[in-house]
Amino acid sequence: MIGASIPTPHVDWLALAPSLALLAASGIALLGAVLVPAWIRHAFAATVTGAGFVTAGVFAAVVDHRTPNAITLLTDSMSRDRWAALAQIMIAAVGVIAVLVAWGEKRRDHVGEYYALLAAAAGGMMFFVQAGNLMTLFLGLEWFSIALYVLTALDTNRKASLEAGLKYLIVGSFGSAILLFGSALTYGATGQLGFVAIGQTSHAHDPLYVVGLAMVLVGLAFKVSAAPFHMWTPDVYQGAPTPVTAFMSAATKIAAMVVTLRVLTTAFPEQHRLWTVAIAAIAIASLVVGNFAALVQKNVKRILAYSSVSHAGFMLIAIAANSALGARALLYYLIPYSASAIGAFAVVAARERELVADVTLDSLDGMGWERPFHGAAMWVFMLGAAGFPLTGGMLGKLYVFSAAYQRGWWWLVVIGVLATAVSLYYYLGIVVAMYMRPGRLRVAVAGGSPPSDPALSLAIGLAVAVTVGSFFFVSPLIALARHAASALPL
Amino acid sequence: MLTTALIVVPFAAALFLWLFPLPREYASAFAILASLVEVGLWIGGAIRFDFSGGLQFSARHNWFSDLGVSYHVGFYGFSLWLAGLTVVVCACSIGYGVWAGREHPRAYFGLMLFLTGSVVGVFASQDLLLFYAFFEAMLIPLYVLVGVWGGPNRVRATVMFVIYTMVGSLLMLASIVAFGISQHTFSLVDSGTSGNNWIFLGFALAFAVKAPLFPFHGWIRQAYTEASPEVAAVLSGVVSKAAVFGFIMIVLPHFPGPVHDFRTTILVLAAIGLAYGSVLAFRQPDIRGVIAYSSLGQMSLIILGVFASSSLGIDGAVLQSVTHGLVSAAMFLLAGMVERQWGTGEFARLGGAAKGRPVLTTMLLVAGMFTLAVPGSANFAGEFLILAGVFPLGWGYAAVGAVAMVLAAMYTLRVLSAVLHDRKSDAPDVSSADLRFGQLALVVPLVACLLALSVWPNAVSGHSFSRTPNLAIFQYVHAGPFQTGQVHMAGK
Repeated sequence: MIGASIPTPHVDWLALAPSLALLAASGIALLGAVLVPAWIRHAFAATVTGAGFVTAGVFAAVVDHRTPNAITLLTDSMSRDRWAALAQIMIAAVGVIAVLVAWGEKRRDHVGEYYALLAAAAGGMMFFVQAGNLMTLFLGLEWFSIALYVLTALDTNRKASLEAGLKYLIVGSFGSAILLFGSALTYGATGQLGFVAIGQTSHAHDPLYVVGLAMVLVGLAFKVSAAPFHMWTPDVYQGAPTPVTAFMSAATKIAAMVVTLRVLTTAFPEQHRLWTVAIAAIAIASLVVGNFAALVQKNVKRILAYSSVSHAGFMLIAIAANSALGARALLYYLIPYSASAIGAFAVVAARERELVADVTLDSLDGMGWERPFHGAAMWVFMLGAAGFPLTGGMLGKLYVFSAAYQRGWWWLVVIGVLATAVSLYYYLGIVVAMYMRPGRLRVAVAGGSPPSDPALSLAIGLAVAVTVGSFFFVSPLIALARHAASALPL
Repeated sequence: MLTTALIVVPFAAALFLWLFPLPREYASAFAILASLVEVGLWIGGAIRFDFSGGLQFSARHNWFSDLGVSYHVGFYGFSLWLAGLTVVVCACSIGYGVWAGREHPRAYFGLMLFLTGSVVGVFASQDLLLFYAFFEAMLIPLYVLVGVWGGPNRVRATVMFVIYTMVGSLLMLASIVAFGISQHTFSLVDSGTSGNNWIFLGFALAFAVKAPLFPFHGWIRQAYTEASPEVAAVLSGVVSKAAVFGFIMIVLPHFPGPVHDFRTTILVLAAIGLAYGSVLAFRQPDIRGVIAYSSLGQMSLIILGVFASSSLGIDGAVLQSVTHGLVSAAMFLLAGMVERQWGTGEFARLGGAAKGRPVLTTMLLVAGMFTLAVPGSANFAGEFLILAGVFPLGWGYAAVGAVAMVLAAMYTLRVLSAVLHDRKSDAPDVSSADLRFGQLALVVPLVACLLALSVWPNAVSGHSFSRTPNLAIFQYVHAGPFQTGQVHMAGK
């Protein structure tokens, strides 16, 4: 009687299904940590989480199929559109591969929690990409960030992991706080929470509004690990368990990039002169810092971390273009990038398990010949990251540069091209380390060849297939991206 | 269909070699078979090719339409000749690799075939982005081939080579983006002309590094010396011709204004490169150094012909591209055989090889005669056409060319006498045998092609640019300011 008199909003369960599926997987995995006997706990948690990712991906695909026009949910706090759905599909795919990478890990304790947190983080990202107002934006951000802080610090027996977790927590909270502050200022200036509503109010000259925009931008830049807000990236990537790094490097980037473009184009369309220049500046900083810092690194995970900073720069170029082509470029770029990033970390994970030590350029020595599959796959990932043909990385760069040129920013193209030239040195440096070290005495790996890990090989194989396949099958991917981009007011 | 087959066969063969663990003998045999199939396909195509027509054997499929990029391949007369050069030189080089017994045969032959496919792809591309993809794809196998199977300083040579070429080709990517977006298509057939100097320079720089053109030649000495001989043969014989193709197919027809403005600069650089390369070749202490710098000179000469902006010069440039490709491949393979027998390529430790080795002597002598472009050889016909073509632009270029021909005679004879005759006191006494049949089979096809072209150079120079008016490059050549009529050195 009383319940009926309280108006409740209509809930579109299908739109929330991807997040909910992962939350369910997370809950079951957590229960498994207590109820399932220890010897099968790992397989149980991994299977449940993998199934959760697949389910979430399927739901997202259904949403994508059934939502030709964007719909807002729950009093405009969430949106159901193809832009979010495509990002969710990509996050789900990354999650499946991450589970495969984690499968062969020898982890004795916290198994259930590990997979539960992985699923929870991905669920948060799926919620985040659907965010439609400042509240859900912050909620989603904190949801997946907190899960990732814990995941990073999960190897409590490794100092590096604890240190990385703490760093991530402090720096990440700082970023979140800035985002929250910016949201508050924006709300104060406009009196609106919803992105669309904020975009429709005219407060162009209100300093509060502009400062709010700047702070929201900075908060998101922390998450995409763009310079100068990237300082957590190398430490966290190095310290976190490698499957977690693999997941983070791809999924966080997808979620944060997609949301950044959504927020900027829907909530701040009138300020585009301001934020395109700001984004371009951040992009250039990321390209410079990421590429030059990577040159001097010895630890492969750190190299890949700085490489992800530089890729953030390339993707921000697409955002700075502020056009339909740019949105398409961003989504397409994320596909080969995610595949080659997660694949490269998977190869690092394989080497780590074999050596039981950190993977440095020196310890890659001769790996190409000893482990032909891993070596060849790493080769493909490095070519993909550097933007060589026969990998989607080349076409991703082409799209990004085309978007920038179409906007008239040819200098951004030139900077991007020069950054690519610098990046060759460290990408090919990894290949040199694997195949071409001359006259070095090779120390045989103790204990002979490692036990075969079919799940990890499958993960690497899938990543190779996506990296190379996205080169040949551009048209369908671009069509998907075009439909997704049509949900944004571009 | 034929063009696609010509591109796909080597790629498919490479993939097969990488995926299936064949033992060495089978892998070698398979690689040779694949390269011979490639030669056979090309011969079949050349027989059916109508040299008076335009683009032939073309295939076109949309790749991604929002930017106007398509998979569009096909051949013009001149690109068919360049592709023919590629398949022949690559087949001989793969044969050399079999003879030399390279380590990791599956990886090695796979990469050689991959390289073959991507070079053929470059010569067949009718779409800018496809061209770029193949142009970059060439680098991947070359990088590994030099870096893994090369000499002691291979890593340094590889890094130099990659940085030089990648800086060039990445700037070209910027130019391609700018050109394609402003033309709304990346098709080389459909796109119009551009007057933008910066876009032009992006392309020109990439090709100038690849050729190489003075002063962008810093990488060649180390790359040509540290690479194994068969890779150096492909690198100098075939890969450098991608630059010639780029100049003829992209730069000349699509940038008439900038070409006009920069012609003198490029011609002067080419003339300097020709003289400089020839002088340096004369000063080198080893065989491969001589061939490397002689290649710099020859490539400069070819670019001189390309930018002569007369049909004479450009026909000569194509002829010279083919003959230089054949002769430099033959020289590198012979140099490799000498190095393997004597353990060194340094003149100070070689000499007297002619004694008791008539076959080696003959082959080196014949290849040497082609290198120095003795009158009557196909190389002479090419040089003559180029110099005659460039003469109206200024007698200075032709004079430099003539001096370079004299220098070519000097450095070639120096190689011949140092290796074959002049016996040094401290040269190791190597009592190894003459060239065997297997080795001959690698060099003879190259020399035979050269002899055939000497008899009938017009096969290339008269059949490179068809007389169809709708071909952009043909319009350019025949609307050029120094049109001198159809003079060809038939049967010279």
